[in-house]
Amino acid sequence: MDTVFLSRLQFAAATMFHFLFVPLTLGLSILVAYMETRYVRTADETYLRMTRFWGKIFLINFALGVVTGISLEFQFGTNWSRYSAFVGDVFGSLLAIEATAAFFLESTLIGVWIFGWKKLSAKAHATVMWLVAGAGSLSALWILIANGWMQHPVGYTLKNGRAELVDFFAVVFNKFGILEFLHTVPAAYVLSAFVVMGISAYHLLKKQHVEFFIRSFKIAAVFGLASSVWLAIEGDQHAIHVTETQPAKLAAMEAHWETRTQAPIVLFAIPDEKNERNLFQIGKLPGLLSFLGYHDINAQVKGLKDFPRQDRPPVLVTFLSFRVMVALGALFVLLTLLGVLLRNRLLENRLYLMLMVAAIPLPYIAIQAGWVLAEVGRQPWIVYNLMRTSDAASPIAAGQVFASLAAFIVIYGLLGLAGFYLIVKTAVNGPEAEKK
Amino acid sequence: MILQSTWFFLWGLLWAIFFMTDGFDFGIGMLYPFIGKTEQDKCSMIAAMGPLWDGNEVWLITAGGVTFAAFPIVYATLFSSLYTAFMLILFALILRGVSFEFRNKIDNPAWRSIWDKCIFIGSVVPALLFGVAFANIFQGIPLDADHLFQGNFLTLLNPYALLGGIVFVVLFLVHGALWLAARTEGKLHRRAVSAANIIWPVTVLAAVAFLAYSAIATNLYVNYFAYPLLFVIIVLAVAGLLTVKLFILKRAYFKAWFASAIVIVSATFFGVAGLFPNLLPSSINSEYSLSAFNASSSPLTLKIMLVVVLIFVPLVLAYQIWAYTLFKDKITKQDLEHERVY
Ligand code: HDD
Ligand code: HEM
Ligand code: HEM
Repeated sequence: MDTVFLSRLQFAAATMFHFLFVPLTLGLSILVAYMETRYVRTADETYLRMTRFWGKIFLINFALGVVTGISLEFQFGTNWSRYSAFVGDVFGSLLAIEATAAFFLESTLIGVWIFGWKKLSAKAHATVMWLVAGAGSLSALWILIANGWMQHPVGYTLKNGRAELVDFFAVVFNKFGILEFLHTVPAAYVLSAFVVMGISAYHLLKKQHVEFFIRSFKIAAVFGLASSVWLAIEGDQHAIHVTETQPAKLAAMEAHWETRTQAPIVLFAIPDEKNERNLFQIGKLPGLLSFLGYHDINAQVKGLKDFPRQDRPPVLVTFLSFRVMVALGALFVLLTLLGVLLRNRLLENRLYLMLMVAAIPLPYIAIQAGWVLAEVGRQPWIVYNLMRTSDAASPIAAGQVFASLAAFIVIYGLLGLAGFYLIVKTAVNGPEAEKK
Repeated sequence: MILQSTWFFLWGLLWAIFFMTDGFDFGIGMLYPFIGKTEQDKCSMIAAMGPLWDGNEVWLITAGGVTFAAFPIVYATLFSSLYTAFMLILFALILRGVSFEFRNKIDNPAWRSIWDKCIFIGSVVPALLFGVAFANIFQGIPLDADHLFQGNFLTLLNPYALLGGIVFVVLFLVHGALWLAARTEGKLHRRAVSAANIIWPVTVLAAVAFLAYSAIATNLYVNYFAYPLLFVIIVLAVAGLLTVKLFILKRAYFKAWFASAIVIVSATFFGVAGLFPNLLPSSINSEYSLSAFNASSSPLTLKIMLVVVLIFVPLVLAYQIWAYTLFKDKITKQDLEHERVY
């Protein structure tokens, strides 16, 4: 195992672990802020209890998001030093802006929110949570602009042996990054909605705190439905842009081998990379891939065989993760729609409630699958068509990376368990008792 | 030239602010097992930094981010050369961060004691290793012509660097003890004051030893003798240290903390001013050193980042000062009970 491989493994583990927590931070902050605002407007104690209960879950999750983020910020330097030296002129400033514009606001104000119940007016306290939520989305925007640049580099020139910035606004308004933002943030909302609906469903099944959890469920269901519909629509736009900018990724995510017009989509297949074909496939839908990629069934779609082998991403992983994400995305629209329709008859629909408890892990799977698609599908490039991942790693001994990777796995494993246990325990305990 | 020099100064400033702010959190975390005797003491100590530590830590992220943006090659070389040291720092910070949140969530002594240990480890390791790392920067690391690091983790643990680590540890201990003294009452307050009193002379000794050893182990003083005005920084550090003691005697703990903040900033700038224009000197050959002039980003990036920093850093300082003033009062029993909810 060489340094590059170990570093890839470590980066994958660290980002995927970070992204177990970030989506809930992004979405739940908005729901908590909304609940607190309702409390300020109506003076209804239930909304205050909702704010506190969901806020408690939010905070445990938030802490894990923060600490896992810090290790990422430095890994570009520790593990990808050749990459950092090559792209720092463009990429480094995006990370620095994220920290100064967003992280400071979020981290400072969350402390004020936790410890400031007595020190601020109710209205100011609720405003603080809105600012925390806003800062969260802002940090997502900047990191996704950074990622968008790796996916589709713009606004730079090659000079002094590195990529140098020539057009800052081209980088900031890079369509790839903006589309990622418009896709990732609602994906986080969907996930948060499912967490709130799932925990609410659990208590409703037990018929405890009924009024409290019906209210929570309704808010989340509407939020979730709007976000999942948005996600499917925007996902389609995303696919068109991927077709334009990263044709090899498109071909891999559809296991599409031959260049042709009226290219079909297969519902499922097992790609066989060695022999450049699909072992078997079912549900071939003619012309649909051309339509998906170009909104024209007669368009020509380049197949994997027309890319040199060393420029192809891993087909199987890319293909499967796309299938998983889209299938789950369709399911989410259905489940949240049902939730909105059944919102006044939840207690009578036990089967649906059980389904919603079981569905909590699904958006987590979808969101990780989406990122695997985006990041593995970008291979073998670390910066698309500009720098190969194999040229990007630090010139350090593999043993060092092996040791840190092992430490990451142990520490993150234990933290993950502790965090999971605390969140489940808090969720199952339910809200504080009503004040008489 | 001016742009690059400005960025060199800002680079030093951001690190200095990080040490000044998160430094007292590290200090409290290091004192935690020693002066936090009762459960209430421990909760008070956590509450003393609870609202602020996260915002303080972002100065680290910003300092790192700005190193990346303004001096990419330094960012790449520094963090990959000091790989193991930085990994240890990161793991320690991870443990510290979750401990504050996790500790009080389960009412079980064994559970709490796990996180109590993590708070200590998560504070002492970064304090020590940041000192070691910066002392190594001050004296230079073995970089070859291609900026490749020709050493290992043990190369970094040389006597001068270890002394640097100790200096950071004692500076932060005093800093933390003073913050605690300012924000607590009763026995805990008295213990914090006596901790500050005990550690203060050690700090003076360590600081003098470090200043002297720097003359042998580093080239920092070359700049000082070229521009004697720079000695103001050393005077400021020493005067600050004496003022700390003065204010402790007057029981003006916030003022003492403020003086200690000045000591930490001047201690950082003692090295930064001596380094200029180098960010990462090579101990093999000074021609291989990475400096503000040969390792910076393009002028366009530096300009854009300057605008960003000039807008946001004052803004951040404004709302952080607001947050600090919100949490400057003595921590009361009621505060603790109320926070128990979270
Ligand atoms: C709840 C999670 C979720 C759901 C239901 C969907 N997505 Fe997604 N998808 C993500 C979560 C996600 C993500 C994890 O957030 C990604 C990774 C990178 C990104 O920008 O968003 C992503 C990436 C991603 C990409 C790759 C972008 C790239 O290569 O950078 C495409 C083409 C789509 N999505 C398309 C869709 C379509 C057509 C969906 C139909 C319903 C869909 N997604 C549902
Ligand atoms: C949080 C969601 C993310 C997840 C789950 C994720 C996942 C992954 C995975 C699985 C890999 C390994 C791919 C491979 O080597 O085959 C990877 C690599 C990488 N990702 Fe991400 N990623 C995320 C976001 C980001 C963002 C926002 C950035 C940049 C700003 C980024 C930068 C990188 C880099 C530099 C690598 C290493 C080089 C490479 O393998 O290409 N990632 N990521
Ligand atoms: C899709 C990808 C990502 C998104 C949307 C995202 C978003 C966020 C958000 C919303 C937070 C604050 C809330 C929380 O801590 O839970 C956060 C924390 C953090 N993230 Fe990420 N992140 C992503 C990937 C990355 C990557 C690749 C890096 C490395 C550069 C990174 C660095 C950080 C850092 C340093 C923190 C801690 C900030 C603090 O102390 O408040 N993130 N991220």
